[in-house]
Amino acid sequence: MQALYAQLLVGLINGSFYALLSLGLAVIFGMLNIVNFAHGALYMMGAFCAYFLLNIAGIGYWPALVIAPIAVGIFGMLLERTLLKWLAGLDHLYGMLLTFGIALIVQGVFQNYFGSSGLPYAIPDELKGGMNLGFMFLPVYRGWVVVFSLVVCLATWFLIERTRLGAYLRAATENPTLVRAFGINVPRMITLTYGLGVGLAALAGVLSAPINQVRPLMGADLIIVVFAVVVIGGMGSIMGSIITGFALGVIEGLTKYFYPEASNTVVFVLMVLVLLVKPTGLTGRAA
Amino acid sequence: MTVMTDYILPVKSRGLHDEMIAFGIMTALLLIVPLTGVYPYFVMQALCFALLACAFNLLIGYGGLLSFGHAMFLGTAGYVSGHALKVWGFSPELGIVAGTAAAGALAVVTGSVAIRRQGIYFAMITLALSQLLYFIYLQATFTHGEDGIQGIPQGYMFGLLNLANPTILYYIVLACFLFGFLVIFRAINSPFGEVLKSTRENEQRAISLGYKTDQYKLLAFILSGTLAGFAGSLKVFVAQNASLTDVHWSMSGEIVLMTLVGGLGTVFGPVIGAFVIIAMQQYLAGFGQWVTVIQGVIFASCVLTFRRGIAGEISHRFGISL
Repeated sequence: MQALYAQLLVGLINGSFYALLSLGLAVIFGMLNIVNFAHGALYMMGAFCAYFLLNIAGIGYWPALVIAPIAVGIFGMLLERTLLKWLAGLDHLYGMLLTFGIALIVQGVFQNYFGSSGLPYAIPDELKGGMNLGFMFLPVYRGWVVVFSLVVCLATWFLIERTRLGAYLRAATENPTLVRAFGINVPRMITLTYGLGVGLAALAGVLSAPINQVRPLMGADLIIVVFAVVVIGGMGSIMGSIITGFALGVIEGLTKYFYPEASNTVVFVLMVLVLLVKPTGLTGRAA
Repeated sequence: MTVMTDYILPVKSRGLHDEMIAFGIMTALLLIVPLTGVYPYFVMQALCFALLACAFNLLIGYGGLLSFGHAMFLGTAGYVSGHALKVWGFSPELGIVAGTAAAGALAVVTGSVAIRRQGIYFAMITLALSQLLYFIYLQATFTHGEDGIQGIPQGYMFGLLNLANPTILYYIVLACFLFGFLVIFRAINSPFGEVLKSTRENEQRAISLGYKTDQYKLLAFILSGTLAGFAGSLKVFVAQNASLTDVHWSMSGEIVLMTLVGGLGTVFGPVIGAFVIIAMQQYLAGFGQWVTVIQGVIFASCVLTFRRGIAGEISHRFGISL
């Protein structure tokens, strides 16, 4: 039973990352019509940013949790201003190809300087150790990751679905020309949206640094799973992304316990099943 | 919104004529390669990738479907051919048939799943499916995991032609490449190809005209996957191994890159692109991971400034059809 709970927890943690990343993808896709293939690379940059902050500047985990997403978010906004904005009006697939190229560049540069092996990042002192919950032993840091990710996901949902800024954002997704006619600076909103999505990815990176080690290719395989999550959940709904992300993480965790050989593939198999039964995805509108 | 291949304006009246001439030049150049002293294995490898890129281009260039998982056909055919040749002792021609058939069967299954969605979703689904196969091959025993299938015998084609002889192998690879190329060329100039293009331009309208577009897309997917597998089977004789690299997502990315550089939706672009990228990899092999960075830069600059690709740019500038 202990092992089952442990795998469930691992599943929840992976689910947190899936949720944070697919949420960012959905937000970016809604606004820019771009499937951000660089999302995995930017997630990795978030982790490296935390690593640099600690080892070069001596800045610890808590400030890094704020600084890294902002720094990587600014990097993302620069990318949007200098590269992505030229794709407006072109086929969606060009956005995917361009961001794939960006991912190759970023990952390649990091691989050059840091190889492929993992760099350690220590768990902050406040979150070390564990709690005995009676039925299982809960490492504090892992519990923190799940709770904190959930809070961030819900806050993002609130920002987009329940605030005035979010309303502008959703309106600009539907009809950018009309929103511009109201005097709202849509290009700036697009840049900020990309920054927000990228910041979420970087935040996931910082959260994962103490668990998964910091590696140049840590995001490369993850992004493919997140794509499958997005196909299952659809990119039309923020809450849909969050729920699908966590749910698939849990299912993956359960698979690790009951049939470990399939744990790498279960998300992809589920994607196939969903496509066979409901081709538009669970929450999605047809695309 | 512009379709990806809008940049290539076909010159209808002379199109086929130009392409025939270009085909003649290409064939002549490739026929004399063994006399020039160019390392034959380099050209053979490039030819395998050229066929692979042409197969990929059939989907994106004429069907508007971007597959980000074409490595799965390359890898599957490679593993099946390699296993058949080495373990079951198949003759080369049967080994090629086995690998190609396996890729074709895989295309039937994956195609019927993937064509349920279009555009970016199609790309994500094909990528996820190929990753699924990657993990299956990683765990399967017959693929030998990280090691791959090594030292695959080349044998005697039809019991006569010694494939260990580079010149003989070269002409067989060339013949197979030209065969695959002509199959694709025939397909895109057939009524089937016309319906496929109309699906790309306006699927709703094609449906309203009574075409079952899903069937056309599936058929294009199967044809593309089978020919990609054919290329994968040929590659086994050139490289004499079959490994996980061939199923990895980065391989799928390279296929996309070759076609993008050469020219999406052009007839000869994928061939040009394959030679350019393979040559680049050869010359830059000493730069390690910088090759990945350079590929990324090429990717980004092609998308931003050079969307027609080499062949598309030539046909645009000189008004010829390539």
